[in-house]
Amino acid sequence: MYTFNFRRASNLEEAQQLHQSSSDAVYVSGGMTLIPSLKLRLASPDDVVDLSRIDGLSAISSADGVLSVGAMARHCDVAATTDIPALAALANRIGDAQVRNRGTIGGSLANNDPAADYPAAVLGLGATIHTNRRTIAGDDFFVDLFETALDDGEIIMRVDFPTPKRAAYAKFANQASKYAVVGVMVAETDSGVRVGVTGAGACAFRLTSFEDALSTNMSASALAGIDVDSSDFNSDLHASAAYRGSLVTVMAKQAVEQLTA
Amino acid sequence: MNAETGIGASVLRKEDARFITGKGQYTDDISVFGQTHCVFVRSPHARAKINSINTDAAMAVDGVIRVFTGGELVEDGIGDLPCGWVVTSKDGTPMVAPPHPPIATSVVNYVGEPYAFVVAETLQAARDGAEAVEADFEILEAVVDTATASSSTQIHENAPSNQAYDWELGDKEATDAAFAAADHVTTLDITNNRLIPNAIEPRAALGSYDAASSTYTLYTTSQNPHVERVVLALFVNVAPEANLRVISPDVGGGFGSKIFVYAEETAVIWASAKVGRPIKWRADRTESFLADAHGRDHVTKAELALSSEGEMLGLRVKTIANMGAYLSTFSSSVPTYLYGTLMAGQYKTPAIYVETQAVFTNTAPVDAYRGAGRPEATYVVERIVETAARELNMDPVELRRKNFIPPDAFPYQTPVALEYDTGNYAASMGKALEIADHDSYAARKAASEGNGKLRGRGYSCYIEACGIAPSQLVISLGAGVGLFESAEVRVDVSGSVTVMTGSHSHGQGHETTFAQLVSDRLGIPFDSVNVIHGDTGRSDYGLGTYGSRSIAVGGSAIDRALDKIIAKGKKIAAHMFETTDDQVEFAEGQFSYAGSNEPKPFAEIAGAAYIPAVYPLDELEPGLSEKAFYDPQNFTYPAGSYVCEVEIDPSTGVTEIQKFVAVDDFGNVINPMIVEGQVHGGLAQGIGQALLEHGIYDADGNLSTGSYMDYAMPRAADLPDFEVDMTSTPCTHNPLGVKGCGEAGAIGSPAAVMNAITDALGVKDVPMPATPHTVWETIQQGA
Ligand SMILES: Cc1cc2nc3c(=O)[nH]c(=O)nc-3n(C[C@H](O)[C@H](O)[C@H](O)COP(=O)(O)OP(=O)(O)OC[C@H]3O[C@@H](n4cnc5c(N)ncnc54)[C@H](O)[C@@H]3O)c2cc1C
Repeated sequence: MYTFNFRRASNLEEAQQLHQSSSDAVYVSGGMTLIPSLKLRLASPDDVVDLSRIDGLSAISSADGVLSVGAMARHCDVAATTDIPALAALANRIGDAQVRNRGTIGGSLANNDPAADYPAAVLGLGATIHTNRRTIAGDDFFVDLFETALDDGEIIMRVDFPTPKRAAYAKFANQASKYAVVGVMVAETDSGVRVGVTGAGACAFRLTSFEDALSTNMSASALAGIDVDSSDFNSDLHASAAYRGSLVTVMAKQAVEQLTA
Repeated sequence: MNAETGIGASVLRKEDARFITGKGQYTDDISVFGQTHCVFVRSPHARAKINSINTDAAMAVDGVIRVFTGGELVEDGIGDLPCGWVVTSKDGTPMVAPPHPPIATSVVNYVGEPYAFVVAETLQAARDGAEAVEADFEILEAVVDTATASSSTQIHENAPSNQAYDWELGDKEATDAAFAAADHVTTLDITNNRLIPNAIEPRAALGSYDAASSTYTLYTTSQNPHVERVVLALFVNVAPEANLRVISPDVGGGFGSKIFVYAEETAVIWASAKVGRPIKWRADRTESFLADAHGRDHVTKAELALSSEGEMLGLRVKTIANMGAYLSTFSSSVPTYLYGTLMAGQYKTPAIYVETQAVFTNTAPVDAYRGAGRPEATYVVERIVETAARELNMDPVELRRKNFIPPDAFPYQTPVALEYDTGNYAASMGKALEIADHDSYAARKAASEGNGKLRGRGYSCYIEACGIAPSQLVISLGAGVGLFESAEVRVDVSGSVTVMTGSHSHGQGHETTFAQLVSDRLGIPFDSVNVIHGDTGRSDYGLGTYGSRSIAVGGSAIDRALDKIIAKGKKIAAHMFETTDDQVEFAEGQFSYAGSNEPKPFAEIAGAAYIPAVYPLDELEPGLSEKAFYDPQNFTYPAGSYVCEVEIDPSTGVTEIQKFVAVDDFGNVINPMIVEGQVHGGLAQGIGQALLEHGIYDADGNLSTGSYMDYAMPRAADLPDFEVDMTSTPCTHNPLGVKGCGEAGAIGSPAAVMNAITDALGVKDVPMPATPHTVWETIQQGA
């Protein structure tokens, strides 16, 4: 770690103000991503602005068919919810217990790791992201590798998940890190079938070919023969692009089987 | 004997109370007055010439006390880190040991090799200082790949073809003749994947120099503090032996990686005198990945000659062993004397010829890692035996049974130097098959197939050699140390006992096992025995713990010292009984004499020894404290049969181990619970090797798997419920009849898993680790 100033904001305005007045500031929520990078000296901010004491940011509530999850809700908090079992199950498979007890949904989405789980839920369930400045449709949020629609200093406040008719998430976890090599959320929502895929590409994406097939026939067999173009997929030590391409189909089928079981 | 705490009882481990409650004292828990902190500056390049190092900016960092470069150690007479076993090549020349300065001077040869270190008031300042060290490197082409290393650019001036040695064992002509006469030859090309040890406690060192007495005290994470001391004193010239004390307190796992003498402890102990203050270093996890000695990394071609009936006639093995950039402390012995000598396995194979070419690469040094050579040997033998059975359309169990060394053939001289003292391989095999529900396999296979899964079964009948010995033999083969063990049994006035052992416990539970042995033999309460280890200032010179030697060698040494205690006790008792010592019996903690109906309990004799009223002191010295050095006549030969059943999901390539049966023969067992725990840990590591773990360098020599994000350690959820049992043929040549259990699981299991996976897939080989990706690709290639 390099030396930095730790600033604890007690409200949103203060957080923003602390961020703006620094030449190089970063927010911290659960710290599960930020702290390792600080410890490895991969990041050297002047100021670290802590969001954890801001009232209301960690609330989880449900009304009118929408599950509203505060940005500071930890993975274990989401895992304990019951409105959207697929979302709870997804949260319950993030990392390990220590990570789930600290890591937050806001931190995860802001970070936009290509192998993170929540992005598949945001796309698959058609969630909306509320920041201190605006509302961003989930479909517009993930831009590229570790890049989101958030502007500098913008704070995620909550994520609204419309309750789907039914949904399921299947994850193929990396054996070392337990992040998603491929994760697929399949949901039947009021606005149609949605398929959100994480792990495979630079950032999460919707797979419309699968959505179309499943709209007419919500069964694993509907996915047979649909070609998944893996040419742009990630290829690394753990999985080639072709393997990821195959896993997208396998995980989507598993999710469909769960959802129709 | 006390059934609750004596030999054979599963006594809960004494040491666990302090470990579990965070009361252990590990090296990094120890701090001394005036302590400074140290950070090593490590090479970012796999191979480079160091043109210059500028430490000015580092010295200017607030809190930095001194910055040292390798040249300063050389100027001060600090020697190279030695390799303690000189292996001789086929042509009679000794191995090539390239210069290995603790801190690199003119070249760096692997990523992570230290070339400077910074001593500072705080760890933070030392880190800042380390970052400010500027080095001008001229990057050179790196050699990474094991198989092609000998035809790649030359790394060390004195090592043409990047070769350390080209070694052989066995009768080449007899083996060639066996192949010429064979009906069938099975060939197998296999690799043994590089592993990174990953002890929970990273390596650490605290070096402290006391100017008043000119003595050095080094606290460090060592499996063998006496060896550390002797190497640092005699070879590295850090300090005269008398002035150097090495203390290895609680150590959180070693698996071999803490046997060796490394740069870091050498640097801190040396520099503590230069700085005039104690210096502490503790590896962070990244440093552990980069700079702990790695394990395995072999490329092997094996051939097995058989008759058409499946009789094994000859075995030929040619291995390239990657030694990394330098020869680490015991590295040379691993792919030779701990490997080639095991190629007979459990079988009568009459002719065996093994060749090992050891090569240098620009990777971290490779040395002993749990099993050290024996897992690699078992992997070769048990994979090729199973492959041969498949090629001959024979049941692999039958083929093994046909070739086992029968129980009446012991002692059995193998064609590869070792003489096995005892064993009953068919007994272990029979028990393993029974536990594994061998006969109902077809139904399980059908059920798996019904679920769209592939099922396979594999066996591994390993042999290993523990407690490497006798000293004179290993010294004649090039070892620079003896391999005996020391023990001292100090009886207190009240009859309680303190045992000093040269063995070192870093997870094995010696404080419990050794106390059971002593309490059982002396008939005194388990709780009145304390075991002390890990301090050259307190125990006699001993060789430490590795190679599953502690009970077989260290335990036997304690047993010998106990013989002497009992003998002296008899002499004292004889005076009390007014008889001669040959008339005195000792059993169940009582000295007795046929002419008296008042036996003397051990504690009474202890008291009499120290309050010497009853015996003539011109005949018998006062006190009751004895020492022994035990040098075994032979290795011990644990052996066992493992059975593994896997189910593979062809859509993802995921392998699930559905059954793992391990039946081991460890001879006599002191504490079955501890032994079972050792087997579980070994199996976890062996299954980790088969399915998960892989140390990978990219083509430029960067460690691609340098953190837990990429290096997969086995977790509980990756492992099945082990079904563990034992058979027993007691060792014939040590007083306890024990064999050693620390490595067996890691030795036997990889072959069982890989035999099961290749069976399920119907292929000859899948490289380890059989990750889902690798298995999926294997399936795609077949499709
Ligand atoms: C061992 C391990 C395993 C893991 N496994 C998984 C896994 O399987 N699946 C998975 O999805 N993730 C995994 N993670 C990541 C984990 O979920 C992190 O918690 C998450 O990615 C970041 O959340 P955080 O609250 O810890 O964020 P922090 O580390 O606090 O912050 C991360 C980034 O987000 C920014 N940020 C934080 N909160 C906000 C906000 N409200 N508004 C705007 N910006 C914000 C910060 O400035 C920082 O740049 C793992 C992490 C570890 C250490």
